[in-house]
Amino acid sequence: MSQFASEAPPSVTFPAPARRITIPVELGPESPKDTARMKRYSVFAIAREALRDHMGWERAWASPEPRKTYDVIIVGAGGHGLATAYYLGKNFGITNVAILEKGWLGGGNTGRNTTIIRSNYLQDASAAIYEKSRSLYETLSQVLNYNIMYSPRGVIMLAQTEHEVRGYKRTAQANALQGVATEFISPARVKEIVPIINLDGPRYPVLGGLWQARGGTARHDAVAWGYARACSAMGMHILQKCEVTGISRANGRVTGVTTNRGDIGCNKLGIVVAGHSGHLAEMAGFRLPIESVALQALVSEPIKPCMDCVVMANTVHGYMSQSDKGEMVIGGGTDGYNNYTQRGSFHHIEETIRALIETFPMVARLKMLRQWGGIVDVTGDRSPILSKTPVEGIFINCGWGTGGFKAIPGSGWGFAELMAKGYSPLCDEFGLDRFYQGRFIDESVAAGVAH
Amino acid sequence: MLILTCPCCGVTAEETEFHQGGEAHLKRFGPGSSDDDFHTYLFAKENPKGAHFERWRHNNGCGKWFIMARDTVTLEVYGSYPAQTHEPPKHIREAITARRPGWRWRGFA
Repeated sequence: MSQFASEAPPSVTFPAPARRITIPVELGPESPKDTARMKRYSVFAIAREALRDHMGWERAWASPEPRKTYDVIIVGAGGHGLATAYYLGKNFGITNVAILEKGWLGGGNTGRNTTIIRSNYLQDASAAIYEKSRSLYETLSQVLNYNIMYSPRGVIMLAQTEHEVRGYKRTAQANALQGVATEFISPARVKEIVPIINLDGPRYPVLGGLWQARGGTARHDAVAWGYARACSAMGMHILQKCEVTGISRANGRVTGVTTNRGDIGCNKLGIVVAGHSGHLAEMAGFRLPIESVALQALVSEPIKPCMDCVVMANTVHGYMSQSDKGEMVIGGGTDGYNNYTQRGSFHHIEETIRALIETFPMVARLKMLRQWGGIVDVTGDRSPILSKTPVEGIFINCGWGTGGFKAIPGSGWGFAELMAKGYSPLCDEFGLDRFYQGRFIDESVAAGVAH
Repeated sequence: MLILTCPCCGVTAEETEFHQGGEAHLKRFGPGSSDDDFHTYLFAKENPKGAHFERWRHNNGCGKWFIMARDTVTLEVYGSYPAQTHEPPKHIREAITARRPGWRWRGFA
């Protein structure tokens, strides 16, 4: 028996609550409120709410009932779809917009990626849109009044073969001409930036790296939530659990969509659904140069800070960064065949981990907590499609493949311009017609398989 | 992990022994064809959510190419048959119909 067993349980008195707490019950899609008033988040808001038991916080976005018709419907409430809607309102004053989402907001690839932000691409068109995106990320927290936790901690892409050394030196030169700040660094400098790295891997020693100091990470869910809150505040409708089952056309023009929440009319339709683009294109009556595969990622148990940048090893398919919670966030390779499973092949985990253990021996005894997959839409030249389509009024934004998260603000910026004006300098090169014309934006060599 | 059977050598093995090589039953268009045909042949993908026909190669085995019918959602393997076949055999089409009534894949049903 413990010596404490005879002791009386300590009497604890909790202070009575200052006022009666009532739980608001008008949650969920039945909420009668059509649009949310956006209250600014600030240090004063925190102080004010601290004084009244945090009862004044409001839902970040409304869940209204669909209207009969909208000026613009965006299919897909992930990062790209929400960013498109946001810039339609912000830059072009188009706010009669609905964003339809079959699942929950940000539950697709926006919530499944490894949050890497960089813009060190080879081709000019890619560098333009990715650098636009990266620069928008710099101030996105302030612009949206929502902390997206952008952390420009730097990104290293390891060169582990002679071909990669040559490739990255070429990219560094191209980036210098494009105005993107990158440099090719020596193995010694790599070791200085990432002390836990093993430069003398048995298969693939580190021969250098492409370093982008203003690359980094951001909180992926917060990007979707921040855009959603801002869209809702402009009066746009975010309709979750609203799956598009058909696209109606008349005289070669889009007239609306059929959903599980009824028919909704529109003048313009933006399809921004990543891995399911081919499926929606089929509903609209055209085919895409897209194949869908599962790409997987995993995170370890949280550990103390040990790596303050993002390291990408493209030759061996291993990408790692450390989240603010301390988990090592690890990205792996894509499956070798088309699928829509959102989990990924088991043997790829082994390959990814094997590569990482060679490069970072200290992670060998880490336990992995979670593993998941997302369906990525891959084009032949590994560049996205931001384009008009054979159906008038339908626009498509897809093909971001394995690297769409970094592009969310830039993609939304350009695609909104394309939808509003019919032309956008940022999207011009990324049209569907490039496949007819053989005018590829070849990033499959420049970026390896990784993004 | 897919478990596949090579119709050429008859071996049943895990997917790491094989390699996928793109869509099957392509009609090839080369020089002299129309832009539309050439574009469709090279780029327009079926990319179905459901039954799919692909070319696979028994890389770490007999090295032969063959065609496989597979489901991209459930990962069920409907069956495999030699690469020289111009349309899916009846028993494979029936196996797909049992799972996905009314399926279509290009001209096949």
